[in-house]
Amino acid sequence: MIAEAGHYALVLALGLALIQSVAPIVGARRGDIALMEMARSTALAQLLFVGASFTLLTAAHVTSDFSVVNVFENSHSAKPLLYKITGVWGNHEGSMLLWVAILALFGALVAAFGTNLPLSLRAHVLAVQAWVAAAFYLFILFTSNPFARIAQPPIEGRDLNPILQDIGLAVHPPMLYLGYVGFSISFSFAVAALLEGRIDAAWARWVRPWTLVAWIFLTLGIAMGSYWAYYELGWGGWWFWDPVENASLMPWLAGTALLHSALVMEKRNALKVWTILLSILTFSLSLLGTFLVRSGVLTSVHSFATDPARGVFILLILCIFIGGSLSLYALRAPQLKQGGLFAPISREGALVLNNLFLTTACATVFIGTLYPLALEVLTGEKISVGAPFFNLTFGPLFVPLLLAVPFGPLLAWKRGDLLAAAQRLTAAGIVALIAIALMWAWLRGGPVLAPLAIGLAVFVIAGAISDIAERTGLFRMPLPVSLRRARGLPRSAWGSAFAHAGLGVALIGIVCETTWNSEYIATMKPGQVARIAGYELKLEGLTQRQGPNYRETLAQFSVGLDGEKLPAMTPSKRSFTTRGMSTTEAALLTRGASQLYISLGDASADGGIAIRAYYKPLVLLIWWGPVLMAFGGLLSLSDRRLRVGAPKPARAARRLQAAE
Amino acid sequence: MKRAAVILALALTVMAGSPARAVQPDEIMADPVKEGRARELSKELRCMVCQNQSIDDSDAPLARDLRLLVRERISAGDSDSQVIDFLVARYGEFVLLKPRFNPHTVLLWLLPPLALMGGGIALWVYSNRRQRTGQSGEDALMKLTPEEEKRLERLLAAEPPGEKAD
Repeated sequence: MIAEAGHYALVLALGLALIQSVAPIVGARRGDIALMEMARSTALAQLLFVGASFTLLTAAHVTSDFSVVNVFENSHSAKPLLYKITGVWGNHEGSMLLWVAILALFGALVAAFGTNLPLSLRAHVLAVQAWVAAAFYLFILFTSNPFARIAQPPIEGRDLNPILQDIGLAVHPPMLYLGYVGFSISFSFAVAALLEGRIDAAWARWVRPWTLVAWIFLTLGIAMGSYWAYYELGWGGWWFWDPVENASLMPWLAGTALLHSALVMEKRNALKVWTILLSILTFSLSLLGTFLVRSGVLTSVHSFATDPARGVFILLILCIFIGGSLSLYALRAPQLKQGGLFAPISREGALVLNNLFLTTACATVFIGTLYPLALEVLTGEKISVGAPFFNLTFGPLFVPLLLAVPFGPLLAWKRGDLLAAAQRLTAAGIVALIAIALMWAWLRGGPVLAPLAIGLAVFVIAGAISDIAERTGLFRMPLPVSLRRARGLPRSAWGSAFAHAGLGVALIGIVCETTWNSEYIATMKPGQVARIAGYELKLEGLTQRQGPNYRETLAQFSVGLDGEKLPAMTPSKRSFTTRGMSTTEAALLTRGASQLYISLGDASADGGIAIRAYYKPLVLLIWWGPVLMAFGGLLSLSDRRLRVGAPKPARAARRLQAAE
Repeated sequence: MKRAAVILALALTVMAGSPARAVQPDEIMADPVKEGRARELSKELRCMVCQNQSIDDSDAPLARDLRLLVRERISAGDSDSQVIDFLVARYGEFVLLKPRFNPHTVLLWLLPPLALMGGGIALWVYSNRRQRTGQSGEDALMKLTPEEEKRLERLLAAEPPGEKAD
């Protein structure tokens, strides 16, 4: 019953989405308020039904109802409850259901909080949202039904892939999807604006917070995924330029560009046409990511060709939405009026530069990810494009971008003074040079690029601090005045400073980890000692343990540094009987922002065990950076002007005052 | 022939499913310099049965075989490029994670810089054109529009006495 009810709820949601796709637009054309208002109720009802459908699938997983194919293939009665729940989206069908559930959530949020939007704009936005939703409901119902039953229910399930049995699965996919799918809102707004043929400042004020919400989740989602890979896969890598990762990086790059161009549009009413295009592209890249991950095209072009139902369906959705929205754009964009003028050296100019580099970086990832697929389809020749290619092409693009980051916020709108901005950055520049000199002196002929990269990162961080110091008059005025000014500073100014500093922090982590990572690989027997980066790791012994659905070999290490005793580390290796697979559970010892990392390999016949130990200096900064960026985004979001659903400021004058 | 080798390798890996993780202790070469070269080379070579993993990262048996092969060639005295050539001759271009520059990959290598240059030129042309067509450029930027004048007046009138938040 549970599965059938879930299935039926999904069908009803499809019905609601179909109504929502048509009725509001007809209403807007006829000026029929009742029809336009209908979009609100259908959007809210959609969330209700999709939510019910999702809850029912979760119920089937929690109760281990193995008569449902999806539960049988991805669950096991002995699996801990947390993984029974997260296992719902740890597979293709369930994750698509999560995708539409989040889409419905965003639609309902617009419906609930969009009361101060112009009625016809809201009607159009929700209709476009319903088009996307209807397409994906159809996809699920026709090709990926999570509620299908088995005629002869088996007694036990096949268990979830052990690598996914981790807290990471509870956080990473929902975050990522909140990001991916969140960009559907700016897409719907863009298409709605094109359909209506007009965009105004209210449009930009609406789009920016939604983009920001999606961007925050995507940033955290990507960072979370990276940390998960780092501790779960057992060799301490944190970014692999894997097509699946690239699929999430592309919308992030485009979304970051969108965030900045929407700023220009909101403040200066310029770059309208470009912002619309970016909104379309960002969500298109989200759809492309869904296609890449869900169609199986990545595993092999051939496996895609032999079982094409799902792939072709998503490809069709992709073509209709991307092709359709871009055609609409080509048709309507020339009619949109261009807004404010600005000199090349200005805040706007800096943001345009940011967009140029971010979109080029995005294009680079796009080309690198899709080129091998295209080449194989066209010529049959197989090539690989991996990390070395991306490091060589993507990396250099970020150098000029990061150099420019501190200048942006210091330039005035409309027409800026580069020299004055440079003067204000003198202190930051000096700090960066000192950092480079210190690194050089300390390393004496080590790697050349690393100190320069650290210098760049320090410049970005110091630049963000200078920006705040400049705005609050720190060191120029008495401290109490500065503090009062700091409190009065718009939250968005704090937000951009934190986000920009986060970039620098992440860069330091990346450089340190890749340059000064120490590694120790050996077969150890109990009682033996490994030395790495000054730490002494002594293998005390090996023990066996029985977990709920696995057997585990644990290795106890005592850790010492210059005679000081540190907490013990116990990496383990689990073998899951149902799938016959094993996972490594690395042991991590955090020292400040650095980590010791031990993972286990195979046991040898003579009682030894292969171990891989790493000392990764400042590695945690790689993820603190994105957390800082997301925090900056959150601060920006809490800015009074942007708060979702905030009532309009009482007087226009007040609003202007807050805008710096 | 190359294709056949890949398929054979793939079939072998599927059959032999023993878990092993990246570089194993018994693979490491005695000479740290040579081992270092082997590691650097391994990062550029693809484990052909994995999804986009280098043989340095991969735990597949095929990756282990390739790692051993690389070390074998190095200890036989091959230079880095000779090792790469050897592997490409055996397994095809597919084994390289950084494709070589050849007619098939021209677009791959040139599109990113072309995109940057194209974007830059487009911006330059566009801003030039707007400067000329826009109300005689420079002056227009310095002057406030009538609408902005009005907002400024309102702003000044509405300014509360005493301090002001920057």
